[in-house]
Order: sequence, then structure tokens, then C-alpha cells
Amino acid sequence: MAVSSGVSDAVASPAVLAGGSRSDSLWRDAARRFRRHRLAISGALVLAAMVLAVVAGPFVYRVPIDEIDFRAKLKGPSSQHPLGTDDLGQDLLARVLYGGRISLAVGVVAMLIGISAGTMVGALAGQLGGTVDNVAMRVTDLFLSLPQLPIFLLVVYLFRDRIKAFLGPEVGAFVLIVGVIGCLRWMPVARLVRAQFLSLREKEFVESARALGVPSVRQVVRHILPNAVGPVIVAASLDVAAAIILESTLSFLGLGFPPDIPTWGRLLFDAKDNLDFAPHWALFPGTAIFLTVLSINFVGDGLRDALDPRKVL
Amino acid sequence: MDERELRRLIRRVRAGTLSRRQFTRMMVGLGLTAPMAAQMLGAAGVARAQSRPAFTPTKRGGGGELKVLWWQAVSILNCHLAVGVKDNDGARLFNEPLAAFDPDGNLAPILAAEVPSLDNGGVAKDGLSVTWKLKRNVQWHDGKPFTADDVVFTWEFAADPTTAATTTGNYKDITRIDKLDSHTVKIVFKQPTPFWPIAFCSASGLIIPKHVFEPFKGAKSREAPANLRPVGTGPNRIVDFKPDDVVRAELNPHYHVANAPFFDRVELKGGGDATSAARAVLQTGEYDFAWNLQVEDDLLKRMEQGGKGRVDFAASGNVEHINVNQTDPWTEVDGERSSIKTTHPLLSDPAVRQALTLLIDRGSMQEQLYGRAGQATTNYINAPSRYQSKNLKWEFNPDKANQILDAAGWKRGGDGIRAKDGKRLKFLLQTSINPLRQKEQAIIKQVAGKAGFSMELKTVVASVFFGSDAANPDNVAHFTADLQMYAWQFAADPQPDMRVFLSREVASKDNQFSGRNTTRWRNEEYDRLWLAAEGEMDPVKRAAMFIRMNDLVVQNAVVIPLVWRNWVSGVSNRLKNTDISGWDSSFWNLARWYREA
Amino acid sequence: MRTYLVRRLVTAVPALVGTSLVLFVILALAPGDPFGELATNPNVPPEVRMNLRKQFGLDDPIAVRYVRWLGSMVKGEWGFSFVSRVDVDRLILQRLPTTLFVLGSAQLLGLLIALPVGIYSARRPYSLFDQAATTFAFVGFSLPTFFTGLLFILLFSIYLDWLPFIYRADLQVTGLRWVWASFQQGIMPIAVLGLFQGAALTRFVRSSVLEVIRLDYVSTARAKGLTEGVTLLKHVVRNALIPVVTLIALQIPQIFTGAVVTEQIFRVPGIGSLLIASILANDTPVIMAITFVFSALVIVFNLVADVLYGWLDPRISFR
Repeated sequence: MAVSSGVSDAVASPAVLAGGSRSDSLWRDAARRFRRHRLAISGALVLAAMVLAVVAGPFVYRVPIDEIDFRAKLKGPSSQHPLGTDDLGQDLLARVLYGGRISLAVGVVAMLIGISAGTMVGALAGQLGGTVDNVAMRVTDLFLSLPQLPIFLLVVYLFRDRIKAFLGPEVGAFVLIVGVIGCLRWMPVARLVRAQFLSLREKEFVESARALGVPSVRQVVRHILPNAVGPVIVAASLDVAAAIILESTLSFLGLGFPPDIPTWGRLLFDAKDNLDFAPHWALFPGTAIFLTVLSINFVGDGLRDALDPRKVL
Repeated sequence: MDERELRRLIRRVRAGTLSRRQFTRMMVGLGLTAPMAAQMLGAAGVARAQSRPAFTPTKRGGGGELKVLWWQAVSILNCHLAVGVKDNDGARLFNEPLAAFDPDGNLAPILAAEVPSLDNGGVAKDGLSVTWKLKRNVQWHDGKPFTADDVVFTWEFAADPTTAATTTGNYKDITRIDKLDSHTVKIVFKQPTPFWPIAFCSASGLIIPKHVFEPFKGAKSREAPANLRPVGTGPNRIVDFKPDDVVRAELNPHYHVANAPFFDRVELKGGGDATSAARAVLQTGEYDFAWNLQVEDDLLKRMEQGGKGRVDFAASGNVEHINVNQTDPWTEVDGERSSIKTTHPLLSDPAVRQALTLLIDRGSMQEQLYGRAGQATTNYINAPSRYQSKNLKWEFNPDKANQILDAAGWKRGGDGIRAKDGKRLKFLLQTSINPLRQKEQAIIKQVAGKAGFSMELKTVVASVFFGSDAANPDNVAHFTADLQMYAWQFAADPQPDMRVFLSREVASKDNQFSGRNTTRWRNEEYDRLWLAAEGEMDPVKRAAMFIRMNDLVVQNAVVIPLVWRNWVSGVSNRLKNTDISGWDSSFWNLARWYREA
Repeated sequence: MRTYLVRRLVTAVPALVGTSLVLFVILALAPGDPFGELATNPNVPPEVRMNLRKQFGLDDPIAVRYVRWLGSMVKGEWGFSFVSRVDVDRLILQRLPTTLFVLGSAQLLGLLIALPVGIYSARRPYSLFDQAATTFAFVGFSLPTFFTGLLFILLFSIYLDWLPFIYRADLQVTGLRWVWASFQQGIMPIAVLGLFQGAALTRFVRSSVLEVIRLDYVSTARAKGLTEGVTLLKHVVRNALIPVVTLIALQIPQIFTGAVVTEQIFRVPGIGSLLIASILANDTPVIMAITFVFSALVIVFNLVADVLYGWLDPRISFR
């Protein structure tokens, strides 16, 4: 276990303290260390493979996603249908690939929205304190108390037609869903980030930066944020799974994607009543979600380890 | 099938060359209901069939606990304030009607001593009144006697507009009820009423005690404690009621039928979904009975293999269908979409309508989704596919549809979608959230897609879809789509249900979209027929009118009927005599249910 | 600290009022109707529906309805459900014991799993135990509760026939048999929920312990000769707990209304399913009462968390 000398807990390299030229060294350093983290790299590779599959797959594997064929109902994997079929005889591989585009996009974008909004609010509240903190936290409390279902219904009711007219049905649905999910997931992140800030603000290296006259923004971005990032990364990887699943919950309420779009969450829902008879139907989308979340998690672990100076990589 | 042919069939039943049951099936095949068929036969003097198979218990009680599972929970135990069918069932544990409809559609007396008819003088020839003789020596749960006063009071309660009873429609056409003696009442109608069982029969006709509800007439109706702790004449007494969760009842030791009921306790649990309810009865045996299993038949068949329970199918007047919008939902007139000032740009072309009906794969829907629970139909009122009327035969023929569209000038564009005069054949099909319905949507979309239609699918939460909020654009009344799909549950008589095609019932902004005519179709002949049927006393003539109305609606593609659904229940193998009737509450025969050891 | 507390409590009141106002407006604007089923019933003339809406004041302007509601809440009258006309507080109290039992135990189970597993994983990161724990956590988290719930039902109820899967709030047996029966029917929903929450919490515990366990003072403690256990407890865990406390404080109010899906699957008559049923039926008094209690809980527990931060890390001060 590495032990840093002298100044404790410092992430700031001497160059920064001196206001020197190698100001990007922290992040470049992190990138280099990331490349050496085995699990993170494998996670990144798996993720890249999945993205490639869902983007390019439907061009290579041209079986339609909605070809109804009752004679092939609920059949397991075969040469004709590599992942089997569902109860309308539709090919599952095609559906998983097609739905993957949407699920992955929704998962990642919603997560990014939630994380960025939450981090911003939490950082502001934690760093500035006082009234800003109070107001921000009360707003957070408000959002936390709101029951999600009536909000969904209201948002759909108010905005769906207008957004669809503006952006077209698919993109409109995507924007609506991602917006709604993002708006519902930022609060825990905000509270987590704020809590980290509260404790990090009092640490010596931040005090030193303050004493040196480093402006607030730089304090936050260069010094505090990289150290606060731990729980945010965990939240991010968990949020992707939550977003994918939340999307399927939303479609049960009629919000967002029409019922024939085979997102992974939707596939799980459709498959659930046939679990005992046709487990393959649920197995493949479930595994897809699991692999996505797992690989994002390892990438996140790698990121965090890369940013942590005490970890030897 | 016209009046003459109907009479010929009736003569055959009387002569014995056509069984009563077959006649009833044919009538249902034409779009009528079983109770109507029973009425037709009754009017022609055909003797009633044997009564139901008898179960002869030797003592009351001793049967232990009956556990039943509804996947919608009961909210209130007064059928006159009920918000849904489930509340009627909950109330039926405790209160009873004068008579109930058995599975064949015949009336069976419950609180009446006998069923009124033309023969016994109960039903007046001019249709203006009906006289009920009430059963004697019947007690309310609190010991007071059941008399004619209670019947009169129930009418007053339900008909009073300030009560805002949900059963008002059944009682508002009664002028007065004469109390001929303590156990005889004569109901006088405002006009000749062919379907006189509309009052006090079946699930919405439960009698409530005057002495309990008297202080709660009118606007205070919803505060009556008896709404939550009912006092009735039924086989069970209330023990506990947790709204939206569970109803608990115990045996009524003074029940007016000897040696009944069999069960000492009843538990009616609500909530969850239909599939797990089916599992609870058919696979684990945790419950004895499950209500309304709207589940894919393949799943049910697999569950039955466990040997613990079976699925019961009862003929019923439930038809899954598609509403075809006669107006344009995409143009706003005075802030209103689907206004009657517009006509639908695509669907006003008869070729398009015809092609659409040919592209609906009812056969697959029935076979693959409904299985034993339904039959593909082309009749709105309902029909088995075996019956083939000259005009109304359902057909699934995509090639013919393509030919018709080509001939009418709908050419395929570069994207495969047909267009004519710049209008693309693009439709929005909406329905409620329900796994079976989503699969139906997928089937329709796929076939129509191959023929050059572009179908967009939309789903809406059931409570919003069927809601009556005047500002909600997503409900059936607003119809902001080209096609919408849902099921219509017919009551024992088609008269009120056929109101949905009357011109005066068109849903529009003026009546806050409370009108029932969602398709916004208007037709003079139809209006005339409906009004005539309202007062037509001859059941055969009346049946012919309904058949004609049905033909009008289907031939003009105002609705596209899909599947005639049976009423599906899950019953434990040891539970007997449930005799589920699709024309009444599942509990109509509860007092006679028993369980084998 | 005391002034901070007082200040927070004082601001809690307008926060609550503000929340309830926003909520009320949202409910009033959202589509849906307490008397929706009547629309498809041909026997119900439209005037009946109109009458009902008038009777319950549904057509009055929003501001009027809100003030009326707030006034009666302050007086302690929580109103009646539109649908069943039962007192709202009676409805909630009826379901409270079940909710506390099932959801409370699930939270506890989640904690009991997450803390030891997370800490141990962090002590030996990337070891076999850690990898296995991570995988399990992620399997648990990738699968929605409706899925795992159903999986459990299929395995334990249908295939093995060990456990009943329909939850009955009042069992008709007493004594030890009651305890056993409660356990039998409760273990599945509790496990489904607890494992789901525990999976997420494990990751957070692991992550925050990992950060602390590498710090200098931990090595110092070890060098001083303190046993691993004491090191862990007194130095590591206390400092690692800040994110964990945040999350737990966020999760506890969820006991009151969360887990709707699990309640649906197992038919647990908890407050969550009451909320959903009321939302779908637009039964405003019930929705308002439940969400009001929920927002009060959120505010209170977030305040508790903030106070705890100060205790866990003495350097944190509140300006």
C-alpha cells in the first residue's frame, strides 16, 4: 500500500500548486493509469463490443424484428433463430439488437443527465453553503417527495404531442423519456456530492488551495471534484441499470416508446409470465442489461482507481 | 335472418326438433343475448328447461373457508354506488336481487317467490307494468323482516338524482311502484318496457334495507356506514372490510334457503394481476377461485396441467372490437379534435374501410391469444364463428385487400406506404395497457404493414383511457386517434349498449365528451330502429330489429368486431356447483357452492 | 449546531407547504378521474357523473380546493377517500403495520447484507470474494423487482411448494403459528426487496470504505498495533459512513411508499399499493395525505442525515 510523504491526502501535484504549465497532468496521468487497469479495460472492451453490436448488428443480421410467425412460437435457440423466439414467433436476436440501441442510449444519456445535474447542484450546495445550500436542498427535498407516477402522467399529458410534433415520434419519445428519467435520478447524486463536498472542504489540501488564493471554481474542479467522484461513479453505473429498467416501467404507463419497440426492459416484462416454459426469452435481455451494467461498473472502478493517487497502478 | 325466420325457429323449438340450447346459441350468433332468446321462447310459450342440477346438502355450514381472488380490489360494498364490476361482486356476498340470470340467460328467482311471466300474470301484456311476488320469511342480517317496503325504497334510493347512484339508469324509467301487500309489488313503467328485468335483477339490482339506509337518502348516500358494513339478506354476513384489499364474511345462520350456504367463511382478496391470480388457483391451490382471467390461453392450459384446478368458460356478451373514427382527429375545429364537422380523410373512402376489415387476422388472434376463451366474430353484439349470416361473414384476405386498394387508386410509394392524392395511408391505433391487447396490436400492425398501411401504435393507462375527464385527450370519448380498440361488456339486454351509435349520443365538446357515441357515426335508419326497439313488446320483432342494427354498424365499418370473449374463471378442482354465469355476477349462485372433501 | 437545527426546522414548515402545493397542482392537472369506470357503463347517465364531480367539489378552481384541503389538514381532518368514503387516516393506519413489517424488514435486511459484505470486499478488493460479491450485486441490480419476485414465486411457491405467495394481512391463527405463518408469507417479498436494495448499498459501502482504508491514519492505527477489528470500526467505518448515511436517509422514507411493484406482485396491502391505486383512481384526498407524510419524512430524515454528518466528521461545520 503506497504511502504518500509529507502532505497528506493531496491530489494536487506540485506543478499545480506552483500554478505551473503542466496543468493537465492530473487528468492525463489518470488516463495513463486507467490504461493499465486490467478490469477497466476489459469492461471498456465489452461495452464497446455491445455498442458495436447494437449499432451495426441490424445491418448485418437482417431478420425483421416484427415478423410474426405463430408456428415458431416460444422456440428455444436454433439455427434459424439464434436466440429463440417469443410468443408471437418474433426473432429474439433481432429484437435484442434493435432494442439494445434504445436501451443503451436511454441508459447512458439518462444517467449522464442525472449525474451532471446532480453533481452540479450538489457541488454548488456543498461549496457555497449558507442560503444557496438551503435553497438547493429544499428543492431537492421537493423533488424527492414528489410521487413519480402522477408526474409521469402529467408530463406526458402536457408535453407529448408538442414534442412529437416538433421532433418526430421516435426522437420525441426518446427526449421525453430521457428527460423524465434524468429528472428523477439527480437528487440522490446531489445529496451524495454535497455530503462529499462538506467533508472534503475541510481537508488540508483544500484549505491550502484556499489560502493560496485559488478561485472557487478551480478549487472545485481541480481539487475537490476528483476526490468526490467515488460515490458518483457507483451511482453512475447503478443508474444505467435503473434507467433501462425505469424506461420499461414508463412504457407500462403509456409514456414513451410504443409497446412494439423491444427495449430490453420491455422484453423482460413480456417474458416474465413465460419464465417456466421459455426462459430463453428473458435470459438474453437480462444478460444484456447485466453485462452493460457490469462493464460500466468496471470502467468506473478503473476511473476511480486512476484518479486515486494512493492506488498503485 | 328476419322476423319470419325467427318465428320458424321458435316453432321448431316448441315442436322439439331444435333444442333450446341450440336456439339460444343461434340467437347469440346473430348478435342477441341469451336472456333475450329466453324471452323470445318464453313469449312463445315454450316450456322452461329443467332447473339446474341439484345439490342436496343435508346441513348448513361445515365447509370451512372459501378463498376467492379478484385482481381488482373491492372499494365499496354497495352496488348502487359501485365504481366497477368488482364492487358489485363484493356486495353480492351480502345482498341479493329479486332474480338473477343463470348461464343460459334464464331468470332464476332469488328474493322473488317466482319469476313473473305473461302466463302467471306477472308481466302485463301492454308492457307497462310487472308484478313481483316476494319470498316470505326472509330476514335481514340484523333480524328485521324483508318486505315490499325495502323494494320500494331501493327504487327511490337509486332513482334519486342527488344520490348519484351508478345504477340510476336502470330505475329512472319507473313511474311508481305500488305496494299491493306486504310481499307483492307492482312496478309501473313510464312506457312499454320490453326488457322489464332491468330493475331489481342481476348484479346491479341488489335490494338494500330501508330501515338502515333511510337516514342516508340523497346527498348523504355515501356516508352510510352500511356501505362498508352491509346489512343484507344474502348467505353471508360481514366480518371485516378493508377497502382495496380484502372482504371477510361469515355464514348467515338465518339464510332463507334451507341447508345453505356450505361455507362457514368467505375471504375475497383483491389486487395484483390476472396471471398470478390464475397461478394461485391452478398451480399452488392457495385460493379456490379466481375471477376474470384475461390471460393467454396457452399459459392457462399449461397451468391446468398441475391438476389442481381448471379454467371455466362461460358464454357472455363481451366483444373485443375496434372503433373506426368517422371524423378527423388530426384537424382541430374550434379547439376540438374529432369534431363532427369533419370527416375522416382516409376512412371515408369505402375501399380503405373494406381493405382494413379484410386485413384483420381474427383467426390468429382467436387461436393464438384467446384460445378457448374467445371466438373470432364479425358481429358487434356477439357471434360464434360457426354461424354464417349471408351478409356478415368475417374474412381475412390480404390479397383481396391489396386488390381493392390498387383498384381504388392507392399506389405504393417508395417507402411501401400507399398514398393517393397526396394522402398517405397512415393510422394511429390506440388501446389500453393490457398484454393481450398489445399482442393484438402487433398482429394488426404487421399484416396491415405488408399491405401498405403505416400503423403507429399507442397505449394508454386503463384508468386514463376509460376515464371521463373532459380535459383528457387520451380517453375513448375524445378519440384522438384513427382507430381504437377495447372490449364492450354487454348487459343482459342490448338496448342500453346499442345506444352508443345514436346520433344524439355523439361525444363532443358541447357535452364535455360525456356522450357515448365515440365513433361519431350518425345514421337515421339506425336511430329509428333503436327508438322502435325501445317500445317493441314482441320479442321476435325486437330481435329482428337488433340484428338489423348490428348489420348496419358492421357493414358500414363503424366498428370492426374482433373476438367474442367468454367469461373466464379459475376454479379449484374440488370446488363444485359454481355454475358461473356470463350474464350476472360470478356469485349469483354462491349459496350453492360446495367443496368436495 | 442548535441554531442550525432551529433554522432547519423553521424552514421545514414552508418547505412542506410548498411541496404540498406543487403536489396538489400536479394532481389537479393530471388526467384521470375518480369516476372513470362510469364512462363505460351505459346505464350511468352523464348527469350522474357530473353530479358526483360537483358533490366532491372536483369542478371548483384549484386554488379554492387547495386552501380547503390545507385548512382541514391543519385541523387534523385528513378527509375521506372519494371512492370508499373511509377516513383517510384510518386507511393509512390499517396498512401501516404491514408496511412497517415488510418494507422495514427489507431495509434492515439490505443493511445487514450491505455493511459486512461491502466492508469485507473493500478490505480485499478484486479478490475472489469481492468478484463474487460484485457479480451477485450486479445480477441483483440488473433485474427489476417484478422479475426477481416472479422468479422467487416460480421457484419457491410453484416448483417447490414451500411458501405461499399471496400475502394476507390478517392471518387467522395465533401464537407461534402466527409467527411462523407471517414468516412464511413475508420472507419472499422481504427477500426480493432487501436483496435489491442491499445490492446497491453494497456497492456504495465498498466504494466509500475503499477510499478511507487507504488513508494514512488507518495505516498508522495498524502500525500502532490496533487489531483489525478495532481499526475497522473506530477508524475506517466511521469515516466511510458519510455517503452511506446519505443513502440510508434517502431510503428510509421509501419504506412509506416505495416498493410498489413488489407489493403488487405479492399482493402486500401496504401503503405503496394504496398510493398507486389512489393515483390511478385520482382519489385526491388519499394521495395528498400519503405524499404529505412522505415529504415530511423526507425532510426529517435529510435533516437527521445532515446532523449525523457533523457527528461523523467533526470538521464539518454548518455556516
